Amino acid sequence: MAAKTRGNALVNIKRLLQEHYQIITSNRLSATGLLFIVIFMVVAIFAPWIAPNDPWEMMYDSSGEFASLRSPSWQFPLGTTHLGYDLFSQLILATRTTLLIGSVSGGISILIGANIGLISGYYGGKIDEVLMRFTDILYGMPFLPFIIVLISLFGRRLEFIILAIVLIIWRTSARVIRAQTISIKQRQFIAAAKARGCSDFRIIYRHILPNVLPLLLLYAAFNIAWSVITEASASFLGFGDGETISWGGMLYELWLSGKTRVAWWWFAAPSICIVLLVTSLVFVSRAYEEVANPRLRKR
Amino acid sequence: MAILQLKKVSRHFEIKSGFVAKRFQGQPDRKIKAVEGVNFSLEQNEVVGIAGESGCGKSTTCMMIAGLLPPSSGEIIYDDKRIDQMGVEDLRWYRSQVQMIFQDPYESLNPRFRVFDTVAEGPRALKLYPETEIADRTEDMLKSVGLSLEKYADRYPHELSGGERQRVGIASALVMEPRMVIADEPLSMLDVSIRAGILDLLKDLAKQRHFSCIYVSHDLSILGHIADRLMIMYLGQAMEIGPTWDVIQNPQHPYTKALINAVPVPDPRVRRPVPEIKGDISRPIDPPPGCRFQSRCPHADQTCGENFITLQSTADAHHHAACHRLKEL
Amino acid sequence: MSRNRVLRVKNLSVRYQTQKGPVHAVNDVTFDVFENEVFGIAGESGCGKSTLIRSLMRLLPDSALVTASEITLSGQNLQSMPDKNFREEILWSKMSLVPQSAMNSLNPVYRVGHQVVEAIQAHRAISKAAARNRVAELFDVVGLQADLMDNYPHEFSGGMRQRAMIAMSLALDPGLIVMDEPTTGLDVLVQERILRRIREIRSQISSSIILITHDIAVIAEMSDRIGVMYGGSLMEQAPAIDLFESPCHPYTLGLKNAFPSIRNKGQELISIPGSPPTLIGESSECSFLERCPFKAEECSKEFPAIEKLAEFHEVRCFRHKEAPKLRELASNKATWLSSN
Repeated sequence: MAAKTRGNALVNIKRLLQEHYQIITSNRLSATGLLFIVIFMVVAIFAPWIAPNDPWEMMYDSSGEFASLRSPSWQFPLGTTHLGYDLFSQLILATRTTLLIGSVSGGISILIGANIGLISGYYGGKIDEVLMRFTDILYGMPFLPFIIVLISLFGRRLEFIILAIVLIIWRTSARVIRAQTISIKQRQFIAAAKARGCSDFRIIYRHILPNVLPLLLLYAAFNIAWSVITEASASFLGFGDGETISWGGMLYELWLSGKTRVAWWWFAAPSICIVLLVTSLVFVSRAYEEVANPRLRKR
Repeated sequence: MAILQLKKVSRHFEIKSGFVAKRFQGQPDRKIKAVEGVNFSLEQNEVVGIAGESGCGKSTTCMMIAGLLPPSSGEIIYDDKRIDQMGVEDLRWYRSQVQMIFQDPYESLNPRFRVFDTVAEGPRALKLYPETEIADRTEDMLKSVGLSLEKYADRYPHELSGGERQRVGIASALVMEPRMVIADEPLSMLDVSIRAGILDLLKDLAKQRHFSCIYVSHDLSILGHIADRLMIMYLGQAMEIGPTWDVIQNPQHPYTKALINAVPVPDPRVRRPVPEIKGDISRPIDPPPGCRFQSRCPHADQTCGENFITLQSTADAHHHAACHRLKEL
Repeated sequence: MSRNRVLRVKNLSVRYQTQKGPVHAVNDVTFDVFENEVFGIAGESGCGKSTLIRSLMRLLPDSALVTASEITLSGQNLQSMPDKNFREEILWSKMSLVPQSAMNSLNPVYRVGHQVVEAIQAHRAISKAAARNRVAELFDVVGLQADLMDNYPHEFSGGMRQRAMIAMSLALDPGLIVMDEPTTGLDVLVQERILRRIREIRSQISSSIILITHDIAVIAEMSDRIGVMYGGSLMEQAPAIDLFESPCHPYTLGLKNAFPSIRNKGQELISIPGSPPTLIGESSECSFLERCPFKAEECSKEFPAIEKLAEFHEVRCFRHKEAPKLRELASNKATWLSSN
């Protein structure tokens, strides 16, 4: 009987994934975005195997000459740095760092933002007051001085960069999700759930959450995009992790080398990647924007 | 024995004046007296209709009975227990005993829940039965509201017609096996041609499943077809209560008379008398003492402004009206 | 009975092109409205009554394709008229609309009187003072005090706003006023007052009224003639009394059974099983076929044509000749249950 198989978690998850796949692929732009994100993810996961050279190894060309500041060629597809490092290998490994920072800080910030927004919006009153004033205080915190203090206290470590990004980013998603929660909680089906005897926890996570989900995914994509940009800015200013390399870090190295005017290829590759990834994320989020706000839908 | 009793139940809402208005303009906080001193009881297996215009307090009364809103004063007694004093455990039990059917089938179903999950949600939330039994009961319930499992279980609310949605709403209330159902205008959003079907369904299920029902509506023609007794409210006060057709055919209170004369009749040959009523309905914000209908009543005299008399017997022991001048009129 | 014809609509159809295919929102509708009469159009949600009206008022989006063989208002051909002329010469001055949920149609940031004055001045070259006098007159006609003119819409109750909208529709003495669900969503005593007011207005001025509503009781009380719409088509039209005493279309019979009356204790309500058609795609069958307990073979082959039973009584049903028999059968609940 069909009824018996219901409630099977695997079936439900599969159905959910199918639905979201359909949402994204129904729009040409967001489908393209998804494709690029998948490519970046594959590159990030298999980076050590894809990269042809060690990114910190001085390269010599086939004639045995030191390959300093070479423009793109067959041997060095994206050219080399003034120290002869292979930029293609650097870019591939940097993809890994950038995606890691982006997804971890984007993910954590949406997790915090969503929960604070849901709880604040649902309960209202004193809880809302306290949480929202806390959010307001964070709004008053400028990013750069904050990260400079944090880095100078604890050193240039990946964890602190993520922490700094998360602390700055979650506030907007909390605000937006709180507003959406307030409007949903006034709808009659929430009163109906209460009348059926649902607990607050169940109402928040089973009844309200699925209704804010499109908005939540929209902001998740935004948060990841912002994390990528923020990380790039921080790295470019020299507050990145000294041990690994990221797209922003590559631009920082270029700046340090003083070859900005000469090595256009050094500048081009990481910049294009940043723009491409952020644009892809924004495109994917647009599909959810249409779901979250049906008025944008084409008739 | 009565399953539910309301004793002098009132509900007031405060409208806080703004900081400046209060501090510098001396404007005090105001009170909306949404429900004031309502007494009534619901017997086993009985359908009581509550009728009145918007702002008469019928929905607030329902919310209080459903335990979604505490009364400001008075007692609501269910099976000898006061619901406003129930603890968490008792309230959980009470919530399984009393269920609501909502007005707007487009709004009262969660748009992200499939039909099956909507109906199964109540028993799941209260963990009334093991999951397999919940599935069986949900299937039975869907069948008895005329929706087959195969066709409807996996649909979302936006894939249903208005009538089907309201059937899902009814199923999700009745799957809890309530002893009391509060129906808040369940037909007002539906098309005329399907209303009768839902009304019949509700009547049949009430008989089969032995629940009592409070049916709230502004539509007296529909109440005439489902309610055993009828209570008329105006701006928070109960004006008249009695067996439905006694109230409709022999109204005692001046407000009830006006209300019944105002209902259009679906027959071009009938000419209704002009309802005797003055002015427009106001809101129950800081209402003057006495009967709230006095300013619109063609028969009001001085005593009406002094105090409001609660329901009192008319010639018939079951038929009560709240009016000083009952005997003269 | 020969009266002056105010509006003639012949073979009006409205189609939409959607992703799911063509939608026939209004299908071959023909009716007349005569001088000083109320023509009621009854129908449920989605039956096309609002689309019909919007097509007459040219309020439909560009995606709607409106075709008709004739639309004339007081002898003037409306079909060939460009939109601009229609707005300037016809709208408000010869044909006005009290829109659905008119209560929310007033602009909240302007005073009510000002909005009516603007509507008048847009069409008539008269001074502001004269226009204000006219508004005071109109407010009096709909039973609003003239000094309420300078209030904002939010200071009005729902019933008062509705009356203000009716006042606005009367402003330029149009020969035809279209009221789309004028009392839906209002309390019964407010509704009663507005209906009474409309009746009084009728006796004072000579305008004709098209009244659209899903409420059979309201339409029965207000109309001289009634058209019943279902699935985009006008299924039956007749003088009010004839329609209630001798209805012919199965849908009319069903509606009559389904509508409760407060005067009728012990009345058995019978609903019509099923739900209205979606009107998507091409179809040649009768649109009521699926829900009809009296369907015959020919009903699924073609849509029944208009049959004239009496001078003003028209019906679209193949079995109209058996009407007395069907009427009897229709009052039995089992008839309707067995059809599905």
